[in-house]
Amino acid sequence: MGKNTRATRVHPARAPLGGSPLAGYVLRRLGMSVLLLFGVTLVTFSLANLVPGNPIVAALGEGAASNPATVAAYIEKHGLDQPLPVQYLNYLLNLFQGDMGVSLRTAQPVASDLAKAVPATIEVAIGAIIVSLAVGVALGSLAAYRRGKISDQLVRVLSLIGLSIPTFWMALVSFNFFFLQLRIAPGSGRLSPILSPPPTVTGLYTIDALLAGQWVTFMDAMAHLMLPVFVLSLFTIGLLTRFVRTSVLEVLDADYIRAGRAKGLSGPRMLFGYTLRGASLPILTIVGLAFGSLLSGTVLVEAVFAWPGLGSYAYNSATSLDLPGVMGVGLIVGVIYLGINFAVDLLYGVLDPRVRLA
Amino acid sequence: MTRRWLRIPSAWVTPLGVIGAVIAAFWIVVAFTAQFWVPFDPLAQVLPRLQAPGIDTIMGTDALGRDIFSRLMTGAGVTIPLALMLVVMSMVVGTLIGAIAGYFGKWVDEVLMRLTDLVMAFPTVILAMVVAAALGPSLFNAVIAAFVVSWPQYARMTRSIVLGLRTQNYVMAGRLLGFSPFKTLRVDVAPNVVGPILVLASLDVGTAILLLSGLSFLGLGAQPPTAEWGSMISAAMANFDSWWIGVFPGLAILTVVMAFNFVGDSLRDIFDPTSQMSKARAR
Repeated sequence: MGKNTRATRVHPARAPLGGSPLAGYVLRRLGMSVLLLFGVTLVTFSLANLVPGNPIVAALGEGAASNPATVAAYIEKHGLDQPLPVQYLNYLLNLFQGDMGVSLRTAQPVASDLAKAVPATIEVAIGAIIVSLAVGVALGSLAAYRRGKISDQLVRVLSLIGLSIPTFWMALVSFNFFFLQLRIAPGSGRLSPILSPPPTVTGLYTIDALLAGQWVTFMDAMAHLMLPVFVLSLFTIGLLTRFVRTSVLEVLDADYIRAGRAKGLSGPRMLFGYTLRGASLPILTIVGLAFGSLLSGTVLVEAVFAWPGLGSYAYNSATSLDLPGVMGVGLIVGVIYLGINFAVDLLYGVLDPRVRLA
Repeated sequence: MTRRWLRIPSAWVTPLGVIGAVIAAFWIVVAFTAQFWVPFDPLAQVLPRLQAPGIDTIMGTDALGRDIFSRLMTGAGVTIPLALMLVVMSMVVGTLIGAIAGYFGKWVDEVLMRLTDLVMAFPTVILAMVVAAALGPSLFNAVIAAFVVSWPQYARMTRSIVLGLRTQNYVMAGRLLGFSPFKTLRVDVAPNVVGPILVLASLDVGTAILLLSGLSFLGLGAQPPTAEWGSMISAAMANFDSWWIGVFPGLAILTVVMAFNFVGDSLRDIFDPTSQMSKARAR
């Protein structure tokens, strides 16, 4: 024991930033995320401003933009005659003050529209990631254990089909079938019209309802979540299943698995304590990516269910050519995605000591 | 000897791959011939509106009295060639950029890879949507937007292969023999890149079709009255009761994408039995 502690004490001296290796790793990752954050704003700025005529059309709408006097006044007021770097700086300053422009469609500030939409999307995305992880890990482990057998082939075909389904179509078909035909799913939106939303704490209706002890609201919110979560999960289930299978297959050949078997450990104990634990790091990486495809999916799915999240907002903005709205969604989703990948990197650093020193 | 075409390596003949290839071939034939044999003009609004599937119109008619079967079949000619073109374009550009980054290293690599980071900082559909919206809604711009999001995966993969090869002895030997960078890439590097890139490309066809039809669904791709699958499904949202408007175009997308995924996945078994990474950024 004594030897071990001394060894760990010697090690941190090699860490780049004085503290523990983990701190150095976290700081490096944070630095990269901040740089990418500026990158994301640069992309949205360029798209909104470099395409000729866009910033003006975006802010005024096609009609007003055809009036030269209005246009000149707008250019004067917003400094669009200034050099691009200055414009970008202004854009950043505005962003930091929460100003993302005004939506042409709702005539409200984009930032406040988005703030209302974010919790709805987070709720459905979390639901979908939980379902995808549960099903994906189960199917993927099954396929790996039964490698080459019929069930493995079946899982492979099913996961490929999952990756091939156009989600927006699946949303439409399942809404039609389960709600309009069978009447077993609740209608669109997050809650039935007769219920009022629970007092806002997290913005997630299910959790808020639980916190307030409103059982009826909770069950209703859960029921409304089911179809969107189901549709969104199909793709990520396919993704995770395939990935879990590969990761588990790699682990299954490892010596410590053989050792565990030799010790006579039970099946579940082996699966959760050894196999999945060993495969958890690659799976974690894919969860970050899966979140990306979930956020992509919401844009195509939410509108069908009239789910009032970022996806519906993006859909409505895109179909009505509301450029500030679309850019706002792009920016906010970019930031959320960055945050998730940062969190994944952090977890990775905590779980796997090797990456801290890399 | 007479049946040359049968002499395909047996590893290539997997049930999955064959099913995929047959369905994909079917749709490609439809894509290029449908305009000659469909029963109705896909744009003609001549039939009774919102007619359920029947003897005359096997898939029914839409809200404007157009034959859905005819629109569906000619729609293959819109999406599939564009998706194939998009994949080839991303593959060529991405592979070149990746090879350049990997071979030259230093600041060239740094600049090009930060560019891929920037693209990959967004979920694909989101960035494609933002680009398409900025450029203005049209099928051409949707293809550009899809290209913007799809080249980096090829660049990343090529780069990592090239980086691994650069220090191999036989590549060094070639350089010592005075091979130009171009010749090194062509003679020593290219043969190693082709397999993985082709696998990636075959899986990417499905992704491209989903992306293009998704953009059209958002109104940022094909514009009315073009018969395009994504926009046909979008039109179904206005007529929930007439299920046939949306169901058939979706089945078309599903079968095409599935076919290409089957083929791509079987190809991967041949070229690279271990990796399942490349599908990670799909959609």
